[in-house]
Amino acid sequence: MINMSNQPKTQSGLDSANLIKKAPENFLSQGVIAEINEHGTDEKRRGFLRKSFMAALGSAGAVGSGLALANPQGDPAILEKQIWQTTLGKNVATEPYGTPSVYEKNLVRRESPGLTRVSAASVAFTPLQGLFGIITPNGLHFERHHQGWYNIDPNKHRLMVNGLVKNEKVFTMNDLMRLPSVSRIHFIECGANTGLEWGNVAVPTVQYTHGMLSCCEFTGVPLSTLLDICGADLKKGKYILAEGGDGSGMTRTIPMEMALDDVMVAWGMNGEMLRPENGFPLRLVVPGVQGVSWVKWLRRIEVGDMPYGAKDEAIHYIDLMPDGLHRQYTSIQECKSVITSPSGGQQLFDKGYYNVSGLAWSGRGKVKRVDVSFDGGNNWRTARLETPILTKALTRFNIDWVWDGSPTIMQSRAIDDTGYVQPTIRQLRTVRGTRSIYHNNAIQSWKVDSNGEVSNVQVG
Amino acid sequence: MYKSANSPIMKSLLHTGLLAMVVVSTTLLSNQPVAAQTAPAASTSKPYMNLGRSATPAEVAAWDIDVRPDFKGLPVGSGSVAKGQALWEQKCASCHGIFGESNEVFTPIAGGTTKDDMKTGKVASLTSEKQPQRTTLMKVATVSTLWDYVYRAMPWNAPRTLTVDETYSLVAFMLNLGEIVPDDFVLSNKNIAQVQAKMPNRNGMTQKHGMWTLKGTPDVKNTACMNNCAQHVAVGSVLPDYARNAHNNLAEQNREYGPYRGVDTTKPPLAAMPSSGMMMVSTASAAPKAAGPADLFKKENNITIRYYSISNF
Repeated sequence: MINMSNQPKTQSGLDSANLIKKAPENFLSQGVIAEINEHGTDEKRRGFLRKSFMAALGSAGAVGSGLALANPQGDPAILEKQIWQTTLGKNVATEPYGTPSVYEKNLVRRESPGLTRVSAASVAFTPLQGLFGIITPNGLHFERHHQGWYNIDPNKHRLMVNGLVKNEKVFTMNDLMRLPSVSRIHFIECGANTGLEWGNVAVPTVQYTHGMLSCCEFTGVPLSTLLDICGADLKKGKYILAEGGDGSGMTRTIPMEMALDDVMVAWGMNGEMLRPENGFPLRLVVPGVQGVSWVKWLRRIEVGDMPYGAKDEAIHYIDLMPDGLHRQYTSIQECKSVITSPSGGQQLFDKGYYNVSGLAWSGRGKVKRVDVSFDGGNNWRTARLETPILTKALTRFNIDWVWDGSPTIMQSRAIDDTGYVQPTIRQLRTVRGTRSIYHNNAIQSWKVDSNGEVSNVQVG
Repeated sequence: MYKSANSPIMKSLLHTGLLAMVVVSTTLLSNQPVAAQTAPAASTSKPYMNLGRSATPAEVAAWDIDVRPDFKGLPVGSGSVAKGQALWEQKCASCHGIFGESNEVFTPIAGGTTKDDMKTGKVASLTSEKQPQRTTLMKVATVSTLWDYVYRAMPWNAPRTLTVDETYSLVAFMLNLGEIVPDDFVLSNKNIAQVQAKMPNRNGMTQKHGMWTLKGTPDVKNTACMNNCAQHVAVGSVLPDYARNAHNNLAEQNREYGPYRGVDTTKPPLAAMPSSGMMMVSTASAAPKAAGPADLFKKENNITIRYYSISNF
């Protein structure tokens, strides 16, 4: 429950101790809380709690559906007038750029402690466990930088197109944003997403297992338009090199057939300009391909006749196979899904009905179907897919579940429109071993224990 | 566009533009319907083709610094191992260690390669479970990659500050750490191809996989079995108890309302299910930090950081 002493300061003017009632558990002593946390609530403790609850007159807060009303008169949240009903609220534009409710403070990007050693070349994961639908809010889009990020002055940003083109050109942001633009919704997933889990369970929640995943509506100009304007030599030019304007000068090779298909040079992200952490003012969008190819702070496109063997495609982002060979230029993010709620590190408080919800996606096209198992993969039921179902975009699925309180393992399994079925971790290991780091698209298992705790497990 | 100002396309664009201007002024004078204005522009199917301007040779030279595996783009120059060593100690050793061995800030540069690897072009230790860490020289197949990256992005906190010759020197020194070139070696644009022929993992890459383009065939095939698919379900791996709070209190990483709250990982698991309305979360005390995932990897795999070069992925 909300711990009032932890309220952010922005609320403090309004929420003085006299105005906001204590949350119901605050009538309990620390000793009782500790005891319940350790032993759960048996009948004896429940009886005590009911009495205490009734004694704590004026308590506000959620009353769970599983409990009878503690106050026979009704719910204090209804019976008592609340501060927001009896006083004047805040002015418009009090926050000129709005921020989430203070009650959402827990859902933020987070680093995995100990994962990386330099925060300028690190990852901050998206809190998938608390998100709805398919669009990632811009402030929660995962971050991955190779040499830190900057707020680049858009007036000083340039995009150069050179190499095998008739006319090597320079574009300003003014030029680019005049060009015919398109807006498309696509997922972006780091190639190393779920990479910690190749050998064994290593992290507790979906934020850390799958949180290098986001999905936005991107607005920009198709790369094919820029290549057309510059007169790219499509006979000799089989590849493009995309280069970033950051300190790492991030570079990745992209095959020309992909570049001409649906790759975009984007400036817009969910209706506003890209966030600096995500490449402001310009980034490449390479639908279906791992995030490292979506070069941020994009400053140069070179057309060439062979792959470039850049650092992040010759030393990193290469997949070690059991025979000692590394797969180079692995790019496509194959079909994958995960249940986001409930998921690892969450606590259920009751048996009964739950709406189980998750995300599915494929770098090769649209999600065709998602099946969900509540018995560790023995039996499966097909989930409802929410609209829109878009190519190379996240798709939200939901399914009814009535929990009988016994331990169970839940999994989701996506199928894309090529017919590809998301594999098990065992099937992946059989082919790729346990040391390839990248492109782990295995079926995720969450165990629900009889105490209601959900945890990350691997089966088989 | 300067160069092609006399091209037929340019001329026709200019024409179109002139025509459009004429029509606009006519329209303004004669009060014709607005649609008449757009007709001439629409006759050019790509009216945006003149956007952007030609890059100057100096601009291209300033930015086009990539060096390909065939050494296209490699500037003329040279540098010795000895000079590289001095530079290394000055600019690189604080992160990478005196011998490129450090695993503190980044994964190690050198180690894990042998003279035999230089003959076969495949690093044998990559198949070994005993090799604690994949070093740069164990992985990299193309010496151009080292040159390109050092020149474009090093040192870490001052990228693009090395000269061409300094870059040759530093690459020579790194190759010397891996005993690929001798102590008295001078690396240059003239002999770098011979060095390539000695790279320990030069034959260690494959592009034969289905994940390069959309046409590729997936390497793993599952089927969509619906019933009685796994008679015996065994849990193969769980998060060990000592890692329970390694990512800090999960109760503070989930909503504090709604059906799915976070587990209070500062406490042991509950003995039984709590009831609705009794959703207690202690945010007061933080338990001592447990092991991070890197330590967990080590413990779970009973090895040093083998799977863990992800810190530099």
